[in-house]
Amino acid sequence: MCRQKLSRYYHQAFRDFNDEKAEEMLDFMKLDRKQLNENEYKAENLFRIFMIHMVSFTKESKRTFLGLFIVFVIKKIVRCFLVVLKNLKIEWFGNVRADILAGIVVALALIPEAIAFSIIAGVDPMVGLYASFCIAVVMAFIGGRPGMISAATGAMALLMVTLVKNYGIDYLFAATILTGVLQVLFSVFKIARLMKFVSRSIMVGFVNALAILIFMAQVPHFVGISTMTYIFVAITLLIIYLFPLFTKKVPSPLVAIVVMTIVAIISGFDLQTVGDLGAIKQTLPMFVLPNIPLNFETLSIIFPTALALSIVGLLEALLTSSIVDDITDTGSNKHREIRGQGIANIIAGFFGGMAGSAMIGQTVMNMKSGGRGRLSTLVAGVFLMFLILVLGDWVVRIPMASLAGVMIMVSIGTFDWSSLRTLTKVPLTDTIVMIVTVIVVVATNDLSKGVIVGVLLSAIFFAAKISKVRVKVSSTNNQTVYKVQGQIFFASVGEFINAFSFKEDKETIIIDFSDAHIWDDSAVAAIDKVIIKLKEQTSAQVKVIGFNESSEQLVKKLANFNKPNAKLSSH
Amino acid sequence: MYKKILLAFDGSEHSKRAAEHAVAMALLVQDSSVEIINVIDIEKVKSEVLHQDIKKVRETTLEEVKEVFQKANVSYELKVVHGEPGTMIVSHANEEKFDLIILGSRGLNALQEMVLGSVSHRAVVRAHCPVLIIK
Repeated sequence: MCRQKLSRYYHQAFRDFNDEKAEEMLDFMKLDRKQLNENEYKAENLFRIFMIHMVSFTKESKRTFLGLFIVFVIKKIVRCFLVVLKNLKIEWFGNVRADILAGIVVALALIPEAIAFSIIAGVDPMVGLYASFCIAVVMAFIGGRPGMISAATGAMALLMVTLVKNYGIDYLFAATILTGVLQVLFSVFKIARLMKFVSRSIMVGFVNALAILIFMAQVPHFVGISTMTYIFVAITLLIIYLFPLFTKKVPSPLVAIVVMTIVAIISGFDLQTVGDLGAIKQTLPMFVLPNIPLNFETLSIIFPTALALSIVGLLEALLTSSIVDDITDTGSNKHREIRGQGIANIIAGFFGGMAGSAMIGQTVMNMKSGGRGRLSTLVAGVFLMFLILVLGDWVVRIPMASLAGVMIMVSIGTFDWSSLRTLTKVPLTDTIVMIVTVIVVVATNDLSKGVIVGVLLSAIFFAAKISKVRVKVSSTNNQTVYKVQGQIFFASVGEFINAFSFKEDKETIIIDFSDAHIWDDSAVAAIDKVIIKLKEQTSAQVKVIGFNESSEQLVKKLANFNKPNAKLSSH
Repeated sequence: MYKKILLAFDGSEHSKRAAEHAVAMALLVQDSSVEIINVIDIEKVKSEVLHQDIKKVRETTLEEVKEVFQKANVSYELKVVHGEPGTMIVSHANEEKFDLIILGSRGLNALQEMVLGSVSHRAVVRAHCPVLIIK
């Protein structure tokens, strides 16, 4: 009944609103019909109806307006809701069958990796498994990039080693929560934009260094233990690389792990197993507060690790999401992705998991298996937990040697082999940035430090590249023209000053800046120096021309050469 | 016959030759059109994202092949997709009912073929239409 009434008001209001009334209103509002284009005219309708009724001010029309307004708001809300629902339907149920299958494949591949990454970090396998479960499930709901797989990763695990060794696992949980908080802040302040300063060469260095570190972390698990260990690693690798020739439906690393575990159990060889390094609990993750003192000292312990973790997590997420963007030809919300990762890490930290981020390898595997929606990420997380609950007893019997084999495969897959091919083709500075990034990471075991050094180094190289200033000198009978080309700033002023000879005998000297840009205080000081010196040491008249707008402003604000009695300042 | 021709193009020399043959074939048949399909292996997207120059090279070769078609005045359409090349080419050809697939042979040796899998072999086996392999 009420709805009918409202819609009647709504329709009536529009019926009453004819052109004549509109003209009247336009007159009243002192607007000219001709000045408004068609769309503006339409858009103003609602407002005008409001005006008409407010002006006529009868009780009836006020009610009309109220009805109109309510209908309008309800319509808006319903439309928004429908759009959200439609998006949700596409993101969740647009690809159900393939998503479920891909999710299962990813879950199977996640298990060995989550265990291996926990062992790299020096914690129980459950920490990595819980993290992978929590992060994958949370990211399925709130991530910014459907189809992307996030879980415990090697890059993050490598950063935790020292913290875990020195302070224990509770500090790791606290650091994980802090990482999440920092990442949420990253998204609030849109830090992802700063990532434009991380060049491709740094990213290449990043993945290559990561590959090297993952490989090096495996060395203690197979080098110099026993001949049988070497054999197990070799056979694992053979299965991983040869099994796809028969079928690509099942991830070959999992086949390798299953086969080698069975062989190890039946043959009874003396091999180190996952169980020797930690226990598998067949329980769901529980909410626990990290057992740490809440004081400044704790913060100072966990903050450096958390900051490094959040930067590395951000980098991996951005790299992986741009890969997915490319594959699916769709865009994604990077800030939402980072916020999602932050919340996922906070939850992981409270449920006994370690910090994680986006996984390139698993995401590519998900894409190849046809996973595109949020459902595949959710299935990956849930199925992983299900498998652990069911198969926990068997997981502890996985020989470390075959796990090491899987990790060697992961590191080979992570390494960017095309960077070796392009090594000689790309500019030398890019190669240096890449190699320095790798060296710093391998030396410090800290991916974030490599990235920071890489950014600084590329900044220096860039400054060096653009600090090349060219000054063309052309002389005629009575004047010399200096045509300056390039960017004039603190790094290039030396070159700029040296281009001038101060032994002129011409009447006028013209300095033409039309192909130059003045960037800073040092640049203006250098111009001052040149002009004042020219004035002092020659009898010529000095003219400066061709500043662009921003250069002109800077010069006006800072320069001294136009002032009378300008002297060279001492510095 | 051969009104809808599918050209599998990956930027290699072999596929460039295949493009020339596709043009020649299209010129022989009235009202024929060629669809150029460029399949990017999902595994290779990472290197494309990391090395913009790899992407650029691919895009310029696509421009080149477009030019070949424009010069010959053959109507064409370009489609870039991601996935496993063999599967994508065959499923696209079968779904859209193409009359002919033209592709270049990669010229792999026996071992490479075993490890990498032959796209042309897969196409010959699975496609519902004639396949022309250019050596």
